[in-house]
Amino acid sequence: MARVKRNPLWTFPGIAPAALTLFAYMYVPIIILIVFSFNENRIATIWTGFSTQWYGIVLGNDDIIRAARNSLVIATSAMLIATVAATFAAIGMTRHRFRGQDGINAMLALPLVVPEIVTAVATLLFFVLIGLKLGILTVIIAHTVFCIPFAYLPIRARLEGMDPTLEHAAADLYANPWQAFRRVTLPLLWPGILSGAVLAFIISLDDFVITYFVAGAGATTLPVYIFGMIRIGVTPEVNAISALMLIISIAFVTLSFLIGRIKR
Amino acid sequence: MTGFKKIALAAVAAVGLGSTTANADELFLYNWSNYIPPDLLERFEEETGIDVTLDVYDSNESMLAKLQAGATGYDIVVPSGYMVRTMIAQGIAQEINASELENFSNVASPHDSPPFDPERKYSAPYMWGTTGLAYDSERAPELEESWKEFFEPRDELKGQIVALNDPVEAWNAAAHYVGVSKCTESSEDAEKILEVLENQKPHLAMYSSSGTIDRMVAGEVIMHHMWNGAAHRAKAKRESITYVYPKEGLDVWGDHFVVPQGAPNVENAKTFINWMLDPKNAAEASNYTGYMNAIAGSGEYLDDSLKADPAVNMPEEYADRLRPLLDCSTTARELRDKVWTQLKK
Amino acid sequence: MGPAIGIITVFMLIPLGLMAYVSILERGEYGGVIWDQHTTEAYFAFLFDRNLDGSVALNTDYLSIYARSFWLSVTTTMLALLVGFPTALYMALQGPRMRAFLVFLVTVPFWTNLLVRNYAWILLLRNNGLVEVTLRWLGISDGPIDVLYTPFAIGVGLTYSFLPFMVLPIYASLEKLDLRLVEAAYDLGANRLQALKRVVIPLALPGIIAGSVLVFVPCLGAYVTPQLLGGSKSLMIGNLIQNQFGAARNWPFGSALAFVLLAIVLVAMIAYALRFRRAPGT
Repeated sequence: MARVKRNPLWTFPGIAPAALTLFAYMYVPIIILIVFSFNENRIATIWTGFSTQWYGIVLGNDDIIRAARNSLVIATSAMLIATVAATFAAIGMTRHRFRGQDGINAMLALPLVVPEIVTAVATLLFFVLIGLKLGILTVIIAHTVFCIPFAYLPIRARLEGMDPTLEHAAADLYANPWQAFRRVTLPLLWPGILSGAVLAFIISLDDFVITYFVAGAGATTLPVYIFGMIRIGVTPEVNAISALMLIISIAFVTLSFLIGRIKR
Repeated sequence: MTGFKKIALAAVAAVGLGSTTANADELFLYNWSNYIPPDLLERFEEETGIDVTLDVYDSNESMLAKLQAGATGYDIVVPSGYMVRTMIAQGIAQEINASELENFSNVASPHDSPPFDPERKYSAPYMWGTTGLAYDSERAPELEESWKEFFEPRDELKGQIVALNDPVEAWNAAAHYVGVSKCTESSEDAEKILEVLENQKPHLAMYSSSGTIDRMVAGEVIMHHMWNGAAHRAKAKRESITYVYPKEGLDVWGDHFVVPQGAPNVENAKTFINWMLDPKNAAEASNYTGYMNAIAGSGEYLDDSLKADPAVNMPEEYADRLRPLLDCSTTARELRDKVWTQLKK
Repeated sequence: MGPAIGIITVFMLIPLGLMAYVSILERGEYGGVIWDQHTTEAYFAFLFDRNLDGSVALNTDYLSIYARSFWLSVTTTMLALLVGFPTALYMALQGPRMRAFLVFLVTVPFWTNLLVRNYAWILLLRNNGLVEVTLRWLGISDGPIDVLYTPFAIGVGLTYSFLPFMVLPIYASLEKLDLRLVEAAYDLGANRLQALKRVVIPLALPGIIAGSVLVFVPCLGAYVTPQLLGGSKSLMIGNLIQNQFGAARNWPFGSALAFVLLAIVLVAMIAYALRFRRAPGT
């Protein structure tokens, strides 16, 4: 990918401020969330003083820790499976033209369209019908299904208009299909795959309705746990666990950076 | 790529190995969130050696839908009374003969023989409460004990009222006010209810069933359609919050322990239920949730704040205003849903 | 290509097929369905009301709920595009290390929970909330801002929830931008706007379409954010259908409503594909 020597940003003025606005828009509520996790008051929306008690309560609350752990395991698994499947699907769909392609496209986007409650009940009915015992596995399966379109669409978008000659060149140079894939296609696709994987992860992490219906006993995830608190009232405990999740995500990002650095 | 595949396989394997079969000393409790004190469960675990896993649901309806679709794996669920009848009728509830449990003699009347399960074959009582109105007496004049203040509010209250965002609660409150049966199948009655609700709507700040306590304590609104336990918890933070038992009638409901069909640990479930019928344990639960329990003798273990609050410790004179929740017929439910859709379209 | 199709066929199409079957069954007395009694009453009820005397009247309630959700989704998608496109462009123009970092930066907020984020918005937008206090401190405004529980608040909240789903696909497409093409365009006398129009946007188009789908479609079924930030005074498709499996206990109707939605979206997609069908090989 060629880059011009001088700073390209002044090529399009106004986009830096726009990007800055977006990131501010995204992070202001998060900052509020973190600040209020130190709220002494039990009632999440009135500030009365500084306290770290909620972190103590969260770390001592086995149920919420278990729920958070379940969420992470499920999101990671669903993301991996969905992204792999979506990558192959995207490549298959753009490399060849064949009949019924629109149908397959529609099918891949189907989980997006159907309202969650319907998918939830339908999937549960199906699991019961085939006698699959509810547990974490059933949640992973259900999540993978709706993660696939979220992974597929960005990868597909990336592929469209991509130059196939690079791969042909690799083939000419006696690379077998696997090598061509690993050395040429994959790096080219990488931004799309990364985008798709990340989207799949966050959509799985936040899912409530489908998870609620297909989770087995002991498989409660964080959103289900938190939504269950709505009736009585949400305590700053929830802010604390969210802040902890943020720390985990930042740790993960930092880790992947360090690994990237070492690889070079 | 291969790295990814390896991680994926490992993850799936770990998950697969993780889901073991039910242990002899386990109990899977399926309850509303924040509805049973964690300390109480811990004490149960210590005293009996049974390991409790708590999962949560956010409404009776969600729980019923999940069980109706065939989900199993839970040993105890905690439905409200009207839901128990449905569960019995659909064969979702298991016969456990709660009335024969050792501590059942502690259960106070009338909770020992409710209309939906007169012989207590399927269920045992947990908490009970009422759904009325709560208002901040500092910011409002003294209000009449009537739904009128809610449905046809005074000028100073307009825009300062929140109604519960629940079709059943809205319908029941209006039905009490209008004076028709909650389970009416008549469209004229439905019309009247719709009229009351539609007239109220412009004066509402919003419909919401969540964050009710916070909202009242923060002073965001003056009056809230509220459960009595929530009103009690709100009063603890803001003294001036007063609970009203409307004279036209208000819902009284109860939540009960039920063992669903296909429960893996029925004996442990019975042990738990029996344990919860002990006055000291029931009182601890009440102190935590802010609702009354059904166990005689628990009074001495209750917090003073509970005993002193008329929201929880209902004065005798209001007893005839209580109207039990009923499970209505399909026709009635359809009417109710139509009215709700019309109201919110 | 197999695995994705396989997974979706087994775990999506078959369950959906079950639900389609449910939609033509008779509702159970207590909820659920009676598995051997069939009726198309559910679909009929979408448009028509059967009165007690047997007459039939057109019922537009459900249609207006659907229209409202569609309108909200369109607005949200437009807003997300407006803010998301420049950001995606910005991201694509950064160096490789910065790019990956920004991808994560865009999604880190979503590791928190939807409910918590919405409560943060309530804290910000309500009267005497942080936005109002800040505006007053800056001297810009005086009285209550009355933003919460209005459609504006819903718009802010919904756009917020869907931002990464618009930004990332556009970024993925734009990342291949070869700035030499832009330079070439300038050399050939184009101004910035033309360069944007002729070089950047066509490249971004697959991403824009992908992002729009990922925002618009799920937004149709969204109901938590509209409920919390909008005061629940009106129903969205999501609440309506949720009710059918909840308080109303009318599974066939809930299922029918979902299939009507599916049909509408499918028709729209087909119309789009027919209109913009590209020849094979392009």
